[in-house]
Amino acid sequence: MTRENYINAGLTFLLVLVPFWAWSTGQAYILTLCTKVAILALAGVGLNIALGLGGLVSFGHAAFFGIGGYAMGILASHAQTFDPIMEWPILIEGTKSMPVIWLVAMITSALAALLIGALSLRTSGVYFIMITLAFGQMLYYFTIGWPAYGGEDGLSIYVRNSFPGLNTLVPVQFLILSYVILGLALLFSARLSRAPFGLALTAARQNADRVETVGIAPYRLRLVAFVISGAITGLAGALFADLNRFISPTMFSWHTSGEIMIFVILGGVGRLYGPVAGAALFILLEHLLGGVSDYWKIFLGALLLAVVLFARGGLIGTLAGREVAHD
Amino acid sequence: MTEPLLQTRGITKSFGALKASDAISLDLRPGEIHALIGPNGAGKSTLIKQIAGNMQPDSGTVHFLGQDVTALDTVARARLGLGRTFQISALAMEFTVLQNAVLGALGARGGVMRFFRPVMKDRALLDRATEALERVGLQDHAATRTAELSHGQRRQLEVAVALTLKPRAFLMDEPMAGLGAGGSKRLTGFLDGLRAEAPILLVEHDMDAVFALADRISVLVYGQVIATGTAAEIRANPDVRRAYLGEEDAA
Ligand SMILES: Nc1ncnc2c1ncn2[C@@H]1O[C@H](COP(=O)(O)OP(=O)(O)OP(=O)(O)O)[C@@H](O)[C@H]1O
Ligand SMILES: [Mg+2]
Repeated sequence: MTRENYINAGLTFLLVLVPFWAWSTGQAYILTLCTKVAILALAGVGLNIALGLGGLVSFGHAAFFGIGGYAMGILASHAQTFDPIMEWPILIEGTKSMPVIWLVAMITSALAALLIGALSLRTSGVYFIMITLAFGQMLYYFTIGWPAYGGEDGLSIYVRNSFPGLNTLVPVQFLILSYVILGLALLFSARLSRAPFGLALTAARQNADRVETVGIAPYRLRLVAFVISGAITGLAGALFADLNRFISPTMFSWHTSGEIMIFVILGGVGRLYGPVAGAALFILLEHLLGGVSDYWKIFLGALLLAVVLFARGGLIGTLAGREVAHD
Repeated sequence: MTEPLLQTRGITKSFGALKASDAISLDLRPGEIHALIGPNGAGKSTLIKQIAGNMQPDSGTVHFLGQDVTALDTVARARLGLGRTFQISALAMEFTVLQNAVLGALGARGGVMRFFRPVMKDRALLDRATEALERVGLQDHAATRTAELSHGQRRQLEVAVALTLKPRAFLMDEPMAGLGAGGSKRLTGFLDGLRAEAPILLVEHDMDAVFALADRISVLVYGQVIATGTAAEIRANPDVRRAYLGEEDAA
C-alpha cells in the first residue's frame, strides 16, 4: 500500500469516527456538518475529474451544482403542490423520490456539460476559464429572473425527499446516504483514473501532441471527462439542496464554482481524496474561524495562497509526496 | 519501381516572407530509409509536421497508402499507420516509461472509452509496450518517471512509443540527438533492421548515421529540395557540396 492509501484510509476513519461520536452523544449539528462535508466533497470529486485528471480549469461547475439543485427543487415543489410540471404532450409530475431526483439531476447536468463542454473545449487556458465562468453566470442570472421557482429569493422544500427504506429526516440516516454516495463516487473516480480512459485523459493533460500522435483525439476525451464531471457535481447539487431543503440562484453563482475549486486545490488537485480533504478542511475552518470572525475567508485566502505557492499537491500531496508507481 | 507508400506533392508553406517549404515533392518507398538532411532552419521539421498533420500546407498534397490525406488531422493519419517521433520529445513527463509505451499500445489497439478495468493490468497492452521498450533497450527503466530520463533516453522512448503503433511508415525527426556515440551506433543498427518492417523518413544531423543507413538522401536548403539520390550521388553532387556539405568540410 502506498503512503497515499494510508492517508486516505486515515481520513476515511476520521470521517466515520466524528459522526459516530456526534451521533452517540446526540449532537445533530455535527452530523449535519459531516453530511455537508460529504456532499461538498462529492461536488469536488466531480470537478477533480475535469480539473485534476483532464487539466480543465472549469470556473463554471456551479452550473452543474445549480442544475442538480434546481432539478431537485422543481421536482419536489411540484410534488408538494400536486401540480404537474407538464400535462401536454405527456404528463410529467413532480416527485419526492430521491433516486428519481438524482437520476434527473445527473442527466440534466450531464446534458448541460455536453453542451457547455462542446463549446468551451474548443478554447483553452484563460479563454476556457472565462467561457465556463460565463455559462455559470448566465444560468445564475437566468434563475434570478425566473419567477416560477422563487426567482431571487429561492425556493423552500418543506419536507426532505424520501429514499426507499430510510427515514431521511433522521440526520444520521441522511448522513449515511450521503457517505455511501460519496464512497461510490470515489470508487468510480479511482477506477476511472486507472482505466484506459484515465491514462489517455491524463496523458492529454500533460502533452496533447503525444496523445494525437498515437491516434487518440484529446477533444473527445476531454468532452467525456467534462460530462462525467458535470454529472457528479450535479448529483452533489441535488443532495445539497436536499440537505438545506432550499434552493436559490446562489447555487449557480461563481462563488460556488470558486468554492468547489478551493476544495480541490486545498486537498490536492488530481488526488483521489483531494476533494474530501479539502471540503473537510474548508468546513472545519468555517466552523472554527467563522465563529471567531466574520472575515474568516481572509484566513482561508491566506491558506489557499500558501498551498498554491508552497504546497502544490495540496494537503494530500504534501503528506503523501509524489506518486511514481504505475500500477 | 515499387509504388511509394508516402508522397508529398508540391508542399509549400510560408511564414510571412519566409518560405519554409518550397514546392517539396518527395516520396518514401517500401523497405527504404529516406534521409532528409539540411542545415538548421532549412525546414525539415516543418515538412515533418505537414506530413504528420500538425500543420496544414499553404498548397500541395500529402498521399499516404494511395490516399490523399491532406485534409486529415494528426489523429486520423496516426490511425492510418503513420508513426512519428518528435525532435523535441513529446512525452507524458509525469508518467513512467512503461505508461508512455502503454499509451501507444492503447492508441494502436483502440478502446480508450473504457472506464473500469485497470489499463496497467491489461496483459495485451503490457506485452506490446514491453516488447517495444526491449527493442530500444529501455526495459530496465520501465518503472522510471519519464521526467527523470536523460535526453537520449527520451529519444529512445519516442521511438519505442512509435513502435507500439506498428505503423506502416515512420517519420523520425532527429532520433539520434543527445544519444552519444554508443547510443547512436546502437540506434543506427536498430533502424537498419526496422526498415524491413516499415520504411523510415529520417531527419538526422548525424552524418555517419545518415550515410550508413540511407537508401536515398534528400537535401533540403531554404525550404527547397536541391537534390535527391543515393549516398554516393549526394556526396558527389556539386550543389550539395556548396550549399551544405561544404560547411562541414570547412569545419
Ligand atoms: N510556426 C512557425 N512560425 C514561424 N516560423 C516558423 C515556424 N516554424 C518554423 N519556423 C521557421 O521556419 C524555418 C524552418 O524551421 P524548421 O524547424 O522546419 O527547421 P529545421 O530544418 O527542422 O531545423 P533544425 O535542424 O534546427 O531542427 C526556421 O527559420 C524557423 O524559424
Ligand atoms: Mg527540426
